Amino acid sequence: MNTRDPSSTSSVHGLRVAITGGTSGLGLALVGTLHHRGAAVAFVARQVHHIRDVERQYGGTHGIPGDVSQKDEIHPIAMRITAALDGLDVLINNASSLGPVPLALLADTDCEDLETALATNLVGPFRLTKAVLGALAASAREGRQGLVINITSDAAATPYAGWGAYGASKAALSHMSRIWDEELRPHGVRVQAIDPGDMDTPLHALAVPDADPASLKRPADGAQEIVTFLESVQAEKAPAL
Amino acid sequence: MKPAARPVQRPHDAKLLIVEADGRLRHAVRAQLACHLRAGDLLVANDAATIPASLSGLHKRSGAVIEIRLAGRGSLAADDVREFTAVAFGSGDHHTPTEERPPPPPLQAGDAMVLGPLRATVLRMLEHPRLVALRFAGTPDAVWAGIARHGKPIQYAYVAQSLAMWDVWTPLAARPVAFESPSAGFALDWKLLTALRAGGIELATLTHAAGISSTGDPALDAKMPFDEPYHLPRQTVLAIARTQARGGRVVALGTTVTRALEHAASSGEPLRSGAGVATQRIDAHTALRVVDAIVTGVHESGESHYELLRAFASDAVLEHARAALEQHGYRSHEFGDSVLLARQRPATPRPAPRAVDASQLLEQSRPRLGSHHDKRPPEGRPEKALAISAPHVTPYLIATCN
Repeated sequence: MNTRDPSSTSSVHGLRVAITGGTSGLGLALVGTLHHRGAAVAFVARQVHHIRDVERQYGGTHGIPGDVSQKDEIHPIAMRITAALDGLDVLINNASSLGPVPLALLADTDCEDLETALATNLVGPFRLTKAVLGALAASAREGRQGLVINITSDAAATPYAGWGAYGASKAALSHMSRIWDEELRPHGVRVQAIDPGDMDTPLHALAVPDADPASLKRPADGAQEIVTFLESVQAEKAPAL
Repeated sequence: MKPAARPVQRPHDAKLLIVEADGRLRHAVRAQLACHLRAGDLLVANDAATIPASLSGLHKRSGAVIEIRLAGRGSLAADDVREFTAVAFGSGDHHTPTEERPPPPPLQAGDAMVLGPLRATVLRMLEHPRLVALRFAGTPDAVWAGIARHGKPIQYAYVAQSLAMWDVWTPLAARPVAFESPSAGFALDWKLLTALRAGGIELATLTHAAGISSTGDPALDAKMPFDEPYHLPRQTVLAIARTQARGGRVVALGTTVTRALEHAASSGEPLRSGAGVATQRIDAHTALRVVDAIVTGVHESGESHYELLRAFASDAVLEHARAALEQHGYRSHEFGDSVLLARQRPATPRPAPRAVDASQLLEQSRPRLGSHHDKRPPEGRPEKALAISAPHVTPYLIATCN
């Protein structure tokens, strides 16, 4: 499974990318696709045994145990990312929480479940982005990259009943991404929210247990679209690579 | 002077004492630093993130409690984390002033230590019973995991509260290579960075492994600063060349930046980018080659930090500044107030800057001959000489200079 293409001329070859929620679903697919294209990859997840599995599957990637919803874990995570990759070019905030499981109408949602969705989907990405912003700004100054990708959802834009906590937290993440992009543009750092579409992932199965997987996008395809976007952005930024 | 005792990097009332090139003093608000630099100046910051370098544990041979503070390593390479220079302490913690901490148990080469999840061995003693070369077992990832999990920021008794990592990382903190904060960088925030750009002041960075400030042992303190690796990016060398060509000042944000830049310039060749190890002391006998002004914290005379300032100004000027700091209640140490100290106008012009290879500059310029202190840069925004465009920001975010 560890098939890196040494002759790859992908513009993400050597790009230093950190991915949260890297042991399942879209995050795992991103780890694999980027690793295959020759990127230097660090990924964050909560379960150590899953992390070891992914490190074995994609030898050379750096797995970092941590929970982005916990304030005091953010800087240790950030330090391990920049130590493992010797800096950072791209942060992908992918780790997500549904909030209440099973999904619930807002009026039936416990406040604590809303807070969990906000902590993981909004405040965690906010804190982690701040902690690695110096590294991303350094990447931009060096002419390499300096990009934050925040994974969002159609639930952020369309009012689906039952998706209140998740949808609201992703809507906040989306809007924060736009403001932050505006603020950081003079410094060369970009922030982009990307909706990969509904995918056949454990998260989706938790939300919609009786969905037909055949009707859902494969995480590998979602990851490929994001990597294609990264390749185009990177080719613009550093055409000599 | 009283140390700032609360770990607030940017108190709203943070002060800046400005010591001009002719020795005149001015008091200012540090948040308005951009107003006190000139268009065409270059501010160089240290983007090192701070390692939580204090590791507590057990010395196996004696069974005694020990605290290890990482204090140096050979390079900034990400996988160069198995061998460190370290200072050892006995029992106690930062609540006890360092000079009152008991010594560690007697140490010798081969001694093993258990520091949380980390396993360390003393490779050799470094001419002092508390100074060791240490080796960690495990892969670089495992060593970083251990430091991240078990390490605490080095701190001192004047701050009672236990520091979190977010207290000691500057807003530009990138790679984790500093053993203590490059705390002059606490003056920055992103609002100030935006104001610098709007004011035509360039920002550049280097990465320098800021060392520890004090061990509590005069003999050990006398050996400091230890050798400190740094990396000077090519973009920063080019920015310095542009700045010198247009008559702007190179302003070092902190002593670590000063040490790295002056070391890189010390070979006498044109300034070269890349990796280096700063081994020199800067003191009253140092002829500065690159740095024109320094923004630094407030420290007592007699400390090693103070020695570096003597390269910028005479003892008379420094004493005049010290009296003003004391009289106006400036707070000292890393969470305290700051000083912007310009290199004092020399009685004799300093040697011509080394000619810069014109092909390295991004736009046409001639190397300047003679002292560039005599010419002020043009008022307002220099035309085209600066490759900085005005950002699109909401006007209220730019601090007005009064």
